Amino acid sequence: MTNAKEKKISEPLFHIEKRADFPRWKGWLIRIAAFIAGLIVSGIFGSITLSTNPFTFFSTMIDGVFGTSERFWIYLKDSAILLGVSIAIVPAFKMHFWNLGGNGQVLMGALASAAVAFYLRGAVPDSVQIIIMIVASMLVGAIWALIPAIFKAIFKTNESLFTLMMNYIAIGLVDYFILVWFPKTGSYIYSVSKTLPSMPTLGNPYILPILISCLLTGFMYIYLRNSKHGYEISVVGESENTANYIGMNVKTVIIRTLILSGLIAGFIGFIICGNAGFQINSDIVAGRGFTAIIVTWLANFNPLIMVFTSLLVVFFTRGAVNTRGFYSLTTNAISDITVGIIFFFIIGCEFFINYKLDFIPRKKGGNK
Amino acid sequence: MVMFLIGTTGIAIALLLGCLGETITEKSGHLNLGMPGIMSIGTLGGCYGATLYVSWFGEQTSGFFVIIFSLLVCIFFSCLMGLIYNVLTVTFRSNQNITGLMMTTFGAGITEFAMTKGDFINKSSVAVVSNYFKTWIPGLNLEDSWLSLFIGRGILVYVALILAIAAGIILNKTRIGLNLRAVGENPSTADAAGVNVAKYRYIATFIGSSIAGIGGYYYIIDNLSGSVGSYPNIVAIGWLSLALVIFTLWKPILSILGSFIFGALYILPTKISGISLAQMKIFNLLPYIMTIVVLIITSALDSKENQPPASLGLNYFREDR
Repeated sequence: MTNAKEKKISEPLFHIEKRADFPRWKGWLIRIAAFIAGLIVSGIFGSITLSTNPFTFFSTMIDGVFGTSERFWIYLKDSAILLGVSIAIVPAFKMHFWNLGGNGQVLMGALASAAVAFYLRGAVPDSVQIIIMIVASMLVGAIWALIPAIFKAIFKTNESLFTLMMNYIAIGLVDYFILVWFPKTGSYIYSVSKTLPSMPTLGNPYILPILISCLLTGFMYIYLRNSKHGYEISVVGESENTANYIGMNVKTVIIRTLILSGLIAGFIGFIICGNAGFQINSDIVAGRGFTAIIVTWLANFNPLIMVFTSLLVVFFTRGAVNTRGFYSLTTNAISDITVGIIFFFIIGCEFFINYKLDFIPRKKGGNK
Repeated sequence: MVMFLIGTTGIAIALLLGCLGETITEKSGHLNLGMPGIMSIGTLGGCYGATLYVSWFGEQTSGFFVIIFSLLVCIFFSCLMGLIYNVLTVTFRSNQNITGLMMTTFGAGITEFAMTKGDFINKSSVAVVSNYFKTWIPGLNLEDSWLSLFIGRGILVYVALILAIAAGIILNKTRIGLNLRAVGENPSTADAAGVNVAKYRYIATFIGSSIAGIGGYYYIIDNLSGSVGSYPNIVAIGWLSLALVIFTLWKPILSILGSFIFGALYILPTKISGISLAQMKIFNLLPYIMTIVVLIITSALDSKENQPPASLGLNYFREDR
C-alpha cells in the first residue's frame, strides 16, 4: 500500500448500490429465474452422472412425489414435519438468534417420548401416557433451547456455535440411552409382547402431523405478526440497541422466545417419535433441524410462505428416493446434490434483489 | 501405549488440519460452516486424483508424483467449494450460516454419490497412494517402537504441524496477518486503511478450504490406509474441528495442543479395557462439552484476546452504515 510503485488506477467495472425500493414482484421474478437456472444445472448434473436425460430425471422425481396416492400422502406428511421444525425455529431466527441446534432440540424431544414409552409402558393407560409424553418432550426440548439462550442473554455467548455443539450432545445421549435400555441388541427394538401406545389416527396416519403443522403455522403467523411478543422479537432482531432504547428487556425476550422455540421443537420430536412407533435412533430427525433453517430463510421468516418452501424442499428429497430406485443407486445423495445446486442459485440471487449494479461507462484512454 | 498415541496422532492431525483451515477463514470474518463438506470433497478429490494417476501410469508409479498429483486434485476440489462459498458470501453477501450449511449438505452429498457409484473411485488405486505414505522414508522399519511415533508417520503429519506453526507466526507477526485480522475484526477500518477486504477474504477462504480438504485427505488416505468406505466419518471430524477452533481460541499454535487433546479423547474409550459401549458414548461427548465450557468461559471473561473475530459471520458492504 505504501510503496509508491507506479500505480495503475483501474476503474471498477461497476458500482454496487443497495436498492431502496424494489417492487416485490420483481424480486419474486428474480427468485423464480434463479430457481429455474438451478433446476437446469441440477438437471444437467443428474443427466450426465446417471447417463439419462433431464426430462426422465425430473419425471422420475415427479413420479416419486405424485405417482401414487400413498407417495403423495408421505410427501405431505414429510413436508408437514419439516414445516413443524421450521415453525419451531422461526421465532428465534426472526430475532436473529442463530439457532443451529434445531436438530438437537427435536431429537431431545423424541428421546423424552421414547423414555416415557420405555419406563411407563403398560403402567398407565395409553391416553395418559401420550399426555405425559407430550409434556416431557416439550419440557426437554425447551430445556435444550434454553441453555444456550441463557448464556446468550447473560454473557453474549456465541449462540450458533453453542447450539451446534448441543446437537452432538443430543446425538450422543440418544446413542447412550439406546445402549442402556437395550444393552444386548444395541438398537431400539421392543420384544413383541410389549405393547406401545399408538398415535391417534384421523382416518389415515398421515393426517395428524399435517393438521398439527397447519395449526402451528397459523398460530406462529399470528404470534409473530399480531402479538406484542412478535413485535418485540422483530425489534430485537432488527436492532438490539433500539430495543434497549425503547425499554424492552432484551434478555427476557431472548429467553422467552427460545423457550417457545424449544417447546414446539420438543413437540415435533414427539410427533416424529410417535410416527416411528415410539422407537428412536440418533438419526431419526434426519438433519431436519438444518434443512428447516433453509426453509425458514427462503421464506424470509414468514410462516405462510414456509408452507411452500417446505413443500418445495421435500419435493426434492422425496423425488430423490424414487430416482434411487429407478437408477439403482445405493444412497439418497442425489437429493442433497439437487437441493444444494438449486439453493446455491436461490441464495445467490438475493444479491440481485438487495443490490443494484451500476455499470460505469469506460472512459476512453484508460489510465488517468 | 504406543498404539494409543499413534491412534491419537491420526485423529489429531485430521482435526488439526480442519481446525487450521477454519481458523484462517474465520480470522477473515467468515464463519464457514461448510468445512465438513469441504473436507469430504477434499477426500473425494484426493481419491479421484489417485484413481486418475494410477489409471494413466499404472500401479508401479513414482510415489512422490502420485502423492503430489492426488494432493493437487484434492486442493483443486476443495478450492472449487471455497469458490462457491466466496462468490456467494463475499461477492453476493449471502448469509454465511445458510451458505455454509448448504455446502456441508452438498459436499457430503456429492462425496457420498461419487464414492458409492462404483466406477468413479478405484479403491485399489487409493490403496497404492496410501502405501506410499507408509514407506516414504526408504528402508525405515520401526514397527511399533517408540521411535515410530516421531519419525515413522506419514509426511502429512509433519506438514500439518509446520503449517500450524507457520499460520501462528503469519497471523501474529507479519503485515499480512495483521491485515487479515483487521479484515476480520473491523472490515470498514481495514478498508479505510487501504486493505482490499474482498481479496483477503477470498484468499483466506481458499487457503482455509485447501488445508481443510487436505485434512479429509489425510484422514482417509493416510490415517485409515485408504479405506474409502469410511467417508461418512469425515463430516463428524469436520464438525469436531469446528468445535476445536473455539476450544483453541482461534490460535493456530494452541490448536496443535487442542487437536491432540481431542484426538486422545476420541480414541481413549476404545483403548480402555472393561468400558461398556454405553460409557463410551458418554466419553465421546467430552470434546463437545469441553468446547461449550470454553465458549462460556471466554464469553464470560470477556477478555479481548480470546474472543471470536468481531465481525465473524457478518458480510461487508462498504456503503453500509
